[in-house]
Amino acid sequence: MSFPQASGSLERVIRPRRAWYRVDWARLFHYRDLLFTLVRGDYVSRFQQTILGPLWFAVQPIATTVMFTLVFGHALRTPTDGVPPFLFYLGGMLLWNYFSNVLGVIGVTFTANAALFGKVYFPRVIMPLAIAISNLMNFAVQALIFLVVYGSVLVASPAGKAIHPNLLVLSILPLVLVQTVAFTLGVGLLISGLSAKYRDLQHTLPLLIQLWLFATPVVYPLSRLGPRAQWLASINPLTNCVELVRLGFFGVGTATVGHAVFSLVSTVAVLLVGFAVFQQVERTVVDTV
Amino acid sequence: MTRPIIEIRGVSKRYRLGAIGLTSLRSEVERFWQRLRARQPGVRGPDQKEFWALRDVSFDVQPGEVVGIIGRNGAGKSTLLKILSEITEPTSGEIVLRGRSASLLEVGTGFHPELSGRENIFMNGAVLGMRRAEIARKFDEIVAFAEVGAFIDTPVKRYSSGMYVRLAFAVAAHLEPEILIIDEVLAVGDQAFQQKCLGKMSDVAQQDGRTVLFVSHNMAAVSRLCRNAVLLEHGRVAAAGPASQIVEGYLAQAATARSEWRRPAGNAPGGKVSLLGARVVDANGAPASVLAHTSPVTLELECREAGTSAAWMLRISIYDRQGNELFSTRDTEALNTRLPRPGRTLRATCRVPGGLLKPGVYVVGVSAEELAGDMPVAVYEHHEPLVAFEISEQGFSGQHARGLISPKVEWGFDWTP
Repeated sequence: MSFPQASGSLERVIRPRRAWYRVDWARLFHYRDLLFTLVRGDYVSRFQQTILGPLWFAVQPIATTVMFTLVFGHALRTPTDGVPPFLFYLGGMLLWNYFSNVLGVIGVTFTANAALFGKVYFPRVIMPLAIAISNLMNFAVQALIFLVVYGSVLVASPAGKAIHPNLLVLSILPLVLVQTVAFTLGVGLLISGLSAKYRDLQHTLPLLIQLWLFATPVVYPLSRLGPRAQWLASINPLTNCVELVRLGFFGVGTATVGHAVFSLVSTVAVLLVGFAVFQQVERTVVDTV
Repeated sequence: MTRPIIEIRGVSKRYRLGAIGLTSLRSEVERFWQRLRARQPGVRGPDQKEFWALRDVSFDVQPGEVVGIIGRNGAGKSTLLKILSEITEPTSGEIVLRGRSASLLEVGTGFHPELSGRENIFMNGAVLGMRRAEIARKFDEIVAFAEVGAFIDTPVKRYSSGMYVRLAFAVAAHLEPEILIIDEVLAVGDQAFQQKCLGKMSDVAQQDGRTVLFVSHNMAAVSRLCRNAVLLEHGRVAAAGPASQIVEGYLAQAATARSEWRRPAGNAPGGKVSLLGARVVDANGAPASVLAHTSPVTLELECREAGTSAAWMLRISIYDRQGNELFSTRDTEALNTRLPRPGRTLRATCRVPGGLLKPGVYVVGVSAEELAGDMPVAVYEHHEPLVAFEISEQGFSGQHARGLISPKVEWGFDWTP
């Protein structure tokens, strides 16, 4: 026996699945090494033959932040709740970049992996999971940059005196990250499922991500919106997550318990719906893609 | 009394022809609109065309059995494998698998060109369902089998295609499932390596007592490797039983096939190179199904380059009714590097000299394969059997000669008193 495993000599029945929800946890667990290998492979292959290697993780957010600072901060003079603009955008971009990077890849899971999926079985959800996990590395590098800038502003700059971190909110930020990952995965699963069926969606995905950026308070503070618009913006769980990051580090941000509960509920809903759609599509997707 | 390790019960699979590759929101809206406009009872829209790739397929496989699945192109072999591998679902029916299964529908699935051979072994193994520890344990064995030696830490994009295929197969060969499901992956690679793979496969079955399900166009391999075989025809099980008997019956039936074949209209050629037609002609270029023993047999093939960018070749195999592959031949132009140009058609002829084949019925198989160097690395199309012809007794004088063929040989005599 090569390796004892959960689905070992158990009987397995292949038949048309009809249930909307059926998770074979044992099999998912069996493929954990594939998950690990994919995460590793994604990371290694990305920086093969590049000179800067993982430093590329830092280039994109810094460049975007500089651009935002120039355009929104200096040219348009968008208020930043009294936080230095560079820091404000850098903080706002943390979760946003994770979301947009991951969504761009997961959203086309079925079409991008059509050849692979047509030739071998493994729980398809492993693929988006691997992307969600490997991008955490990307996130970590960005977070490090942010912390360095944040720390130096706090200590060395006169603007630092005006910043009062909210320790309570800081302590729950890891949970906010978990929520962001869950939400990103949910949206990604939903879109990949739908775009396998409707190819048009695949082309509108970049546009969708672009619009989503402006629906999320990344380049502006939520406080700029009226109370009605604030609730509307809170349908998007990212709004609350981004504001919580700012509230934690800068002590300014618009996040109430009501917003938080609202965003948690919609995160769970999106994750469940996304997974259900993904599962329905994966059953026979190779017949059509 | 042991229970079957695979039980296939009434499995059917339906494809909607209109739906394949045609789902965009726009087409769905159009279809909806059409349905609204043409709302007449009993009239179905053109999108409602259905195609049953499999229809009520049932059979059992006992533990330790090696079963070959044969049938013409489009008979449902690949669909059955996909369902067995859980790549897609059956429309109805069910399959019970009593053991850990692994499928090999392609060599090198999941290979990443940027990663090294070492990393790809782990990647490919994991994709095939192996655990990391298991791969690590067999790592040296895999590298030795693949004969890639010093290149193990080189990105596989720098591998020769031979090395690539060998490495890919080596990983797969070291899977240890109780049920192994294999598509025609053995058609690639050089001859020596193919032999090695076939050898490994029969080891797996005979020594380790594992169950193997093997889909192939290669009748010789099926009769050699498999104890039992299942013949699929139009998505149904047409016959099942001892492999040699099934292969023989299949070829005998194929031998009654016509000496001319044209791709059916509407059967859209999917491959990068597609075969459009084939026929057997006599010395005068006239189509013939029966030829004199002394007459040369000429095979005419017509194919189109649709979208290949690689060198490719045609291969012709000649079988007798018992499924013995008398010989196979590769087109000679391909070896001089054929530069593909999509859209053009090729008419190729292959002339087998007269007097070589003994009287009897022969079956011709044709494939179009992608080449890397002079080695086939992928199969675009494989039709076996495609056409058949008969060699008559006319002009045959070797009635008492043994063997499969009767080549014209030249004897020399030099007596010394």
